[in-house]
Amino acid sequence: MAERILDIEGLVKVYGTVRANDGITLHVNRGEIVALLGENGAGKSTLVKQIFGLVIPDSGTISINGSVAKIKDPTDAIARGVGMVHQHFQLVPVMTVAENVVLGNEPLKGLRLDLSSARELVRTISERHGLEVDPDAIIEDLPVGTQQRVEIIKALSRKVELLILDEPTAVLTPQETDELLAVMKELAAAGTAIVFITHKLREVLAVADRVYVLRRGKTVGEVKASETDAAGLAQLMVGRTVVLQVDKEDPKVGAEVLKVTDLEVMDDRHLKAVNGFNLTVNAGEIVGVAGVEGNGQRELVEAIAGMRRPVKGAIALGGVDITLANPYQTHAAGLGHIPEDREKHGLVSDYSIADNLVLNRFDEPEFRNGPVRDTAAINANADNWIKTFDIRTPSGDLPASSLSGGNKQKVVVAREMSIEPRLLLAAQPTRGVDVGSIEFIHRRIVEARDRGAAVLLVSAELDEILGLADRIAVIHSGKVVKEMPAEGADRTYIGELMAGGH
Amino acid sequence: MTDFIRNNRVAVIGAAVVLLACIVLTLVAGTDSDIVRKTTSILRFAWTFAIPLVLAALVGVIGERSGVVNIGIEGQILASAFAGFFVAAASGSVWIGILAGLLTGMVMGAFLAWLCVRLRMDQIIAGVVLNIVATGITSFYYVQGKSLPSGVPVWEVPLLSKIPIIGPVFFRGGPIALGTLVVVVGLVFALFHTRWGLRTRAIGEYPTAADTAGINVNLMRFVNVTMAGLLAGAAGAVLSMEQSSTFERGMSAGKGFLALAIMIFGAWFPGRAFFAALFFGLMSGLASQLQADKVVNIPQQFINLLPFVLTLIILSVAAGRVRPPAASGQPFVKGEGS
Repeated sequence: MAERILDIEGLVKVYGTVRANDGITLHVNRGEIVALLGENGAGKSTLVKQIFGLVIPDSGTISINGSVAKIKDPTDAIARGVGMVHQHFQLVPVMTVAENVVLGNEPLKGLRLDLSSARELVRTISERHGLEVDPDAIIEDLPVGTQQRVEIIKALSRKVELLILDEPTAVLTPQETDELLAVMKELAAAGTAIVFITHKLREVLAVADRVYVLRRGKTVGEVKASETDAAGLAQLMVGRTVVLQVDKEDPKVGAEVLKVTDLEVMDDRHLKAVNGFNLTVNAGEIVGVAGVEGNGQRELVEAIAGMRRPVKGAIALGGVDITLANPYQTHAAGLGHIPEDREKHGLVSDYSIADNLVLNRFDEPEFRNGPVRDTAAINANADNWIKTFDIRTPSGDLPASSLSGGNKQKVVVAREMSIEPRLLLAAQPTRGVDVGSIEFIHRRIVEARDRGAAVLLVSAELDEILGLADRIAVIHSGKVVKEMPAEGADRTYIGELMAGGH
Repeated sequence: MTDFIRNNRVAVIGAAVVLLACIVLTLVAGTDSDIVRKTTSILRFAWTFAIPLVLAALVGVIGERSGVVNIGIEGQILASAFAGFFVAAASGSVWIGILAGLLTGMVMGAFLAWLCVRLRMDQIIAGVVLNIVATGITSFYYVQGKSLPSGVPVWEVPLLSKIPIIGPVFFRGGPIALGTLVVVVGLVFALFHTRWGLRTRAIGEYPTAADTAGINVNLMRFVNVTMAGLLAGAAGAVLSMEQSSTFERGMSAGKGFLALAIMIFGAWFPGRAFFAALFFGLMSGLASQLQADKVVNIPQQFINLLPFVLTLIILSVAAGRVRPPAASGQPFVKGEGS
């Protein structure tokens, strides 16, 4: 039998009335890659946080290397050979790679920090595992993929035997993802056990040896990756059959709705992020903007939505010039916007779900009596959307912050759909959302298209673009480098275009 | 050591140039010449003006680098000046007075840390509380007619104090004046070349990263803010004992706030804060000198206003160009934010 490095028995963690982990039992062997799958709120993050000592279990045991370990904080976990790469990188942005790697475990020369041996440490590990990185680079100047490499180096520098990766590919480009998967395989071959959380079934099937599926805080399934497929995994996660492939008919393309001409937009650092961008989107079609994050997508979306002022060029929506319009005016022109950052731009977290559902229409006669809000109408509207969108909440009166990620996103999508937009601008519409909700949101986007809306979909997920879009525009360095029909589009070719090839 | 010099080469080269200029000036013009005397006197004015500001700015730097905004420095200075003076008068020893000043600053620092770190109170309000408490207590218990038992001794650093112009200004003075130089250099070293410094900067920039690396963020913030209080205490003691020998109500006169401006002007670097404070002092000194020489005829009140006008100008230019520690002002709660 293979040597067990991690053994978890009946782990329970309760938050208020929610049993986040409700008797989880699993094990991980040396040199094995184990995937944790589950919907948002299934308890995956809570589970790994307990292994890393960030959260203390209420009951149950965690054994590492055969002995029961009461892990009380990360220092303790690190000492036992557990390392973790967090979903939000735990790196200090203004410090160098070397400084970040040694933080908390600093080599000293007398009183002084020994930075030269820190650099040496980074170089040694990066050469041994093929994780190329400059030890003197400042973290915030590095692309996310490289930052993640730094996180892995940091974990490896503490001599990890068990490496936990929390949604490691969520922010990576397809190429970076492939590189990461290769690194994971190589580490496992060298004897490191890896536990990773993901929503992406393709990755699970590509690297995992075994898969645990969590639902409502319980382990509901354990399968060998070689004995299952994507549909089987999705079914285990959600508890029902999930349609992974978006069903859609051929688009009935109508008149031009959005026209972007020679657009130039600055980013927050006053650098040109969108640089000569041209694109048209017609009624009844979904145009997908594919690109590596940070190539001007965010600035493009914000410019169209009226959140950022372009410095040059023009944007027209249905023949109306909205280049310098504010969000209120773009909305009046018929724009529905699903923003990339739903916490920051999509929702007012402290407001009730009902209020969030009318943020774009609260001043319409339907929702007010003269100058006073019509609470009854607002609540009726909320009940209606909660039902049709299957938003999982006991009541529309609860604050939006009480919802899980997928349900928050459903609130945003419901609200933006409620105006029957002429143009639906969907930026990363399914980021951090579980499989069940992804399926639902995708169906709604296709429905909007079939109703005759023009849809501009911006996504870092190539799979999402390939599955949803009718036409694909690849963006690189702020401009469209290639447009093509989605039908028959080649994944690898698009990936190369995204990376600036051809 | 070579690393340290290389990283601070601007300051090192600058110091060398200034040193050379002083020596050349003295050689050319003569020790007793008008220009040497005037330069020395302006510089002495500037440094005297700058000492409490440098100390107070460093309190701000340590606090914000650790993630705690301290706008209660003004109160810490005032209370320390008060405690230092009256303890010295009562005990008959300026040394006990200075110690009392330092401890008062530290206790107030600990109080602020307790409010901000333990109770997670809004840091601005906590700072205001400190200021109000200090103003109230020092006014209420103020008694007239006390005096220091003796002056604070003046020391000379052998050799260094013989440098023309600079020597008598910077290397001749009371224990706190001399200590300020040591503290500035020590803090530059500590903040950027030691484990304490790396960890302090980490908890002020991205506390969750420090936490997952196994650093006790809140303990470290508590200790840093408390120990920084010692410097605020020194700033108070220097006001009521080294630079004058009396305590007056409201003696801190906005220095704690001016220090925050200097901290920003110095972009949260201890060395730059030192030069920024000196710059403020030089401007004031220059204006006073021009006034005394009857070169310009401006009422004294306007001259006194100068540091504050400078503050306005500098902050409106500097704000937005310099970047504060990212987590400054944000309480850290374990388990949130990731």
